[in-house]
Amino acid sequence: MNELQQELSKQLERFRNDKIEPFLEEDDRNETFKFEIFNSLGELGFCGMTLPEEFGGAGLNYQDLSIALSEIAKSSVSYAATISVSTMVQAILNEYGTKDQKKKYLPELTSGKEIGAFCLSESSSGTDAASLKTTAKKTEGGYVLNGSKMWITSGGIAKTYIVMARTGEVGHKGISAFIVTDGAKGFSYGKKESKMGWRVSPTRELVFDNCFVSEDNLLKEEGLGFKIAMSALDKGRITIGSIACGLSQRALDEAVKYSLERKQFDQAIFEFQGLQFMMADMATELEASKLLVNQAALNYDNGTFDQKIASMAKMKATDTAMRVSTDAVQILGGVGFTTEYPVERLMRDAKALQILEGTNQIQKVIIARALRKEFD
Amino acid sequence: MWFLSDEERQLQELCKNFAKNEIAPDAEKHDTDETFNINTFRKMGELGVLGITSDPEYGGAGMGTLAATIVMEEFGRACPALTLSYLAHSILCVNNIENNASEKQKQKYLPKLISGEHIGCMGMSEPGYGSDAVGIQTQAVDKGNHFQINGTKMWITNAQYADVAYVYTRTGSERKNLSTFIIEKGMEGFSVGKPIHKMGMRGSPTGELVFENAKIPKENLIGNVGDSIYHMMKNLELERIAISGISLGIAQACVDACIKYAGERKQFGKNLAHYQMIQKMIAEMATETEMLKRFLYTVAKEYDDGKEGAVPAAMVKLQVPKMVTKIALDAIQIHGGYGYSREFPVERLMRDNKLNEIGAGTNEVMIMIIAKNLLNEALKN
Repeated sequence: MNELQQELSKQLERFRNDKIEPFLEEDDRNETFKFEIFNSLGELGFCGMTLPEEFGGAGLNYQDLSIALSEIAKSSVSYAATISVSTMVQAILNEYGTKDQKKKYLPELTSGKEIGAFCLSESSSGTDAASLKTTAKKTEGGYVLNGSKMWITSGGIAKTYIVMARTGEVGHKGISAFIVTDGAKGFSYGKKESKMGWRVSPTRELVFDNCFVSEDNLLKEEGLGFKIAMSALDKGRITIGSIACGLSQRALDEAVKYSLERKQFDQAIFEFQGLQFMMADMATELEASKLLVNQAALNYDNGTFDQKIASMAKMKATDTAMRVSTDAVQILGGVGFTTEYPVERLMRDAKALQILEGTNQIQKVIIARALRKEFD
Repeated sequence: MWFLSDEERQLQELCKNFAKNEIAPDAEKHDTDETFNINTFRKMGELGVLGITSDPEYGGAGMGTLAATIVMEEFGRACPALTLSYLAHSILCVNNIENNASEKQKQKYLPKLISGEHIGCMGMSEPGYGSDAVGIQTQAVDKGNHFQINGTKMWITNAQYADVAYVYTRTGSERKNLSTFIIEKGMEGFSVGKPIHKMGMRGSPTGELVFENAKIPKENLIGNVGDSIYHMMKNLELERIAISGISLGIAQACVDACIKYAGERKQFGKNLAHYQMIQKMIAEMATETEMLKRFLYTVAKEYDDGKEGAVPAAMVKLQVPKMVTKIALDAIQIHGGYGYSREFPVERLMRDNKLNEIGAGTNEVMIMIIAKNLLNEALKN
């Protein structure tokens, strides 16, 4: 870590210990998202880290963002994910938006006053994203959207939604990306999901019932939606990998701390080789994951983005988070299973990381595709 | 399993139907609300399984470990949490009284526990003594005409609902000097502490038993002072086999859910069943479940036939819950986003199963038991 990154981590560590951690058990139980926490992170400059300063961003790179998300995820995967997705939306606007669109939408997102949400999945199209059914029909001065979106992170609390909808033929070439804002006529929120983990971060269905959006809300041009979504998910793999590493680090820290304190059979349970081996494995897997995620971020920052490495990083880091958090619950034993200690929450939170932003099964498909290409 | 008796097959059928009609419909609700399905629990009395191992003289079914495992598996498929409460009642409380109490004590406590009028629990673990159970510090002191008990029992399944608790205490400084008492709700100095919120098994109440100069009649002592260690270990063997039955039920439920989902969910124009990655996951989880089932049932059968049980019970308890956590995690993965939501049962099954790697002796304690037995001679040198 360079000096700046060390400073950012320290600042975030203080913030999460003061402002997030003390209320998390309750907020997780009640599924409460606190806007003021997100706003404060925005004031500190963490809600638009990778955006240019011109639009209120911090002008930092993905390695910096990776470190910040990791640090926040040590306390709360939910807030880290909210930032990760909102930053993804900003990156889309910055890359594909017109000057006017950027001016209009970016400042309130980069400052953390508002939240951005990315809307691709539908009830019958998850992994097979290109088969999405939401339509956007051309009409005078704009488009009319009909359909619904599922599993939308920050659904209901976000103001700016990037919505993928079909403007043309079947398949990925017929998809376009639109900006839809909270309150638009014909746009409403459906069922809020009750989930195993990520309970602080609301996941909600979005419903479009003859929702009119003006031409100015189309991103770039018709037919580019799938490309836009996929390039966003490329970055998402780096940020989800980073969140996974933060989660693993916290789980490992909790396991080491508890095993040094807890005595059974008249000695600290850390002294048992069975537990030492578990923790040695956890630490090694975590270190390998961090290196992969870091490589993926470095490639992106250098302009040598490698999809295979990014997929490997996402898969490895999230599988590690699942394993390390499961083992941490095991090491804490009975108290690990209770909500009084954070490890059971980390374990519940970890599972989502293996599913979203492309399931780990899809990462394998991408890696295999790259292997074939390299061989040819 | 091919070696089940006709009676055991009937029991299996009976429990399957009961689980489907009475337990499954409310499983999700009790998990979400952290509530105990006491009505269904009491109905288990009418079904005749609350005293599965007890003598018919007290209302019991007069069956064995294999029968108990069958009930655990069938109930566990529908709701592991309610099944855990069933286990705490029928195996940890009722079976212990059946095996270790005096005739007079059995006459007094068993009929109501077996009919479902009373609910039972067992108190062993303490805040500072989980894996090291023999080290427990709750003290019982002979005060002439009664015993005085002080201490706290932790992670007690059914604590808040129990009318009768089977509680281990320390009666001497020598490590193995442990004695057992039957405690009734309302006895002077005995109370129930705060409920414990958990990751899973949320439909099974967990709490503390608190003893502050509790006054316990002498007639509530089980056996003699200081002789509890043997029957404590003995009952743990049965508990470990039985709790593995719950995990087996979870595995079966996961396999069923995945097969159903793979046939319904379409992506890229065909259902998930067509994808080799999904086929591999389902084939493997079904194979593992089949293997675990044969292993567990064989151990239960041999235990009923009188074979030594410490090591085999530890081996099933180590292997079954551990593999089922993996199976349940894969089941969520196959269900994708839906699997992570509470709409589908697999995430609850996974959360519930994790407890079985911890309760009734952690995986790590199972390894200690197995290794110490296998290496008994080598460890002397």
